[in-house]
Amino acid sequence: MTLRRLNWLELVGGAMVLSLVFVAILAPLIAPYDPTRAVAATFGDPGAPSIRFPLGTDQLGRDVLSRIIFGARISLVVGVAAMALTMAIGVTIGLGSGFFGGAVDLILMRFTDVMLSLPFLLLAMALVAVLRPSLLSVLLVIGVVSWTQVARVVRAEAMSMTARDFVLAARTLGAPAPRLIARHVLPNLVPIIVVMAMLGTSGTLLLEAALSFLGLGVPPPAPSWGRMVAEGTMYFRTAPWLAISPGLAIFYAVLGFNLLGYGVLGRRAR
Amino acid sequence: MLTYLARRIVFGAAVMVGTTLITFLIAFVIPADPAVTMAGAKADPQTLSAIRHQLGLDQPLYIQYAHYLDRAAHGDLGRSYVRRESVSALIANRFPATAILALAAMALSLILGIAMGSVAAAYRGRAADNTLLVVSLALVSMPVFWLGTMLLIAGGLYLRAFPLGGFSGPLSLVLPTLTLALGSAGYYSRILHTNLTDAMDQDYIRTARSKGLSSARAMLTHAMANAMLPLVTIAGIDLASMFSGVVLTETVFNWPGIGRLAYEAVFNLDIPLIMGIVLFSALLIVAANIAVDILYAWLDPRIRLERSR
Repeated sequence: MTLRRLNWLELVGGAMVLSLVFVAILAPLIAPYDPTRAVAATFGDPGAPSIRFPLGTDQLGRDVLSRIIFGARISLVVGVAAMALTMAIGVTIGLGSGFFGGAVDLILMRFTDVMLSLPFLLLAMALVAVLRPSLLSVLLVIGVVSWTQVARVVRAEAMSMTARDFVLAARTLGAPAPRLIARHVLPNLVPIIVVMAMLGTSGTLLLEAALSFLGLGVPPPAPSWGRMVAEGTMYFRTAPWLAISPGLAIFYAVLGFNLLGYGVLGRRAR
Repeated sequence: MLTYLARRIVFGAAVMVGTTLITFLIAFVIPADPAVTMAGAKADPQTLSAIRHQLGLDQPLYIQYAHYLDRAAHGDLGRSYVRRESVSALIANRFPATAILALAAMALSLILGIAMGSVAAAYRGRAADNTLLVVSLALVSMPVFWLGTMLLIAGGLYLRAFPLGGFSGPLSLVLPTLTLALGSAGYYSRILHTNLTDAMDQDYIRTARSKGLSSARAMLTHAMANAMLPLVTIAGIDLASMFSGVVLTETVFNWPGIGRLAYEAVFNLDIPLIMGIVLFSALLIVAANIAVDILYAWLDPRIRLERSR
C-alpha cells in the first residue's frame, strides 16, 4: 500500500499515532529533564511557563513538558495492552457465539447483555480499588470491562461468514470446527478486527485517563496524564496551565487513533 | 404486542439477576474486611466477630447471596459501612441531582448530534461534511474530566458567568450539562450521518426524488424517519456510558449526585454502597432499554408485526 492510496483521515491519524510512538520510545532523548525529579526552585507553588520550562513546573518543581513526554509511555503501554486484552476476550466470545450458535450463543450473549447493562467506569473503579492500582491491575481491569462491543460486532460478522458457501463447502469436506474457524472464518474477520482495535485503543486510552484522574491509575511517581490533570485542578485558580497541557496530550492520542480507525472504516465501506 | 412486552420484561429481569450475581461476586473478591472498615483497625477480635455475625458475613456465600437477593427485591440494599445510613436512602437522596443533569445532557446531545449529523449528510462529500466529521471525532476524543475542567476555568474563572461547582439553580447546570453532552453529541452525529447517507441511497428516496421532491425535502421527510429510529435505541444503550460520564462530571463540578457518591464509596471501599449504586444504575439502564424497545416497536410497525408473530 503506497502512501498515495491512503485517505486523508488515515494519513493524519497515522502520523499522529506514529509521532506518539516515537515520543514514547525516545522519551529519555527528547525530554529536557528527569520527569520525577524537582528541577525548579519551588516553595510548594507551581511555576509559570518560561523559556527554561515551556509548559511550566508543578507544585513539586518537576518539569511539566518532561512529564508529558514520559507520560506517553504509560498511556501507550496501558492503552495498547488493554486493547489487546479487550480484543482477545471480545473476539473469542464473539467468534464462539457466532460460529457455534445455539446454546453457546444464548449463554455468551446473555452474559454480554449483563455486562452491557453495568456502568463500565463504575465497575472498573470498584475492581481497581479492590485489586490496588498498579500497571497490571489497571490494564487487566480495562480489558475486562470493555470487550462487550467487540463481542457483538464480531458475533454478527462471524455469523454471516459461517453461513457462506465456502465455509459450508469446507464443512462438507469434513473440516473440523477448529480448522474451519482458523482457516476460513477468522481470516475473513481480520479487517473488522483491525478497525475495532484502532477505535478500541481510543476507548482504552480514555478509560485509563479517567481512572488515573480519579486516583485509580498507575501509581506515582510514574507520570500519567490523567493524574496530571487531577493534580492541576487543585491549582486551577492560580496555575490553570497545569491542567491544560496533559489534557491536550490525552486528546491528541485519542484523536489520532479515532481518525485512523475511521479512515480504515471508510475504506471498508467503499 | 403484549407478548413482545412480556418477553422484554422477563428478559430484563433475567439481566438484573445476572448483575446482582456479578456485583455480589466482586464484593467478595474485595479483600478489605467490612468489619475492620466499620470498627477500625485496632478493634479486638470479639468485636470484629460480633460485627461479622451481625452482618451475616460468617455464613456460606450462597446463603449470603440468597439473603442479598431477597433484601434487594424488597428495595433494601443494606447499610453503608462508612456512613451508617441506608443505601437506598442515600441513593434516593442523591438521585434528583443526577437525573436533572443526565436528562439535560441527553436532550442537548441529541439536539446537537441530530443537527450536526443531518447537516453533514446534506453536504455529503463536501467541505462541510469533512469539517463536521473532524469536529465530531474531536468531541468524541475529548476526556470528559478535562473538558469539564477547561469549561470551569473558562466559564467560571475567567468569564465569571457560572458558579465554580455545586448545584445552585439553573445557571450551575450549564457547564456540567455541556461537559456531559458534547462527547455524546459527536457520537450521535456520526451515527445519524451514517444512517442518513444509507437511507438516501434507498429506492424509496429515488422514487420520492423522481416525483419531484427536492433533495432536502426527501431527506427531512422520508430518510430522516428511518435514520432516526436506530438513534433511539443507541441513545437508550448509551445511558450506560452516560453514567460513566456522570461520575467524572460530578467529580469535577462537585455535583451532589450519585456519581460523586459512587466516587466516595469506591474510595472508602464501602461495599454495600458500591454494590447498591451499580445495581441501581443497572436497573435504570435495563428499564431504559425496555422503554426504548417499546417506543421502537410503537414507532416502527415492521418490528411490532415481526416480533409478535
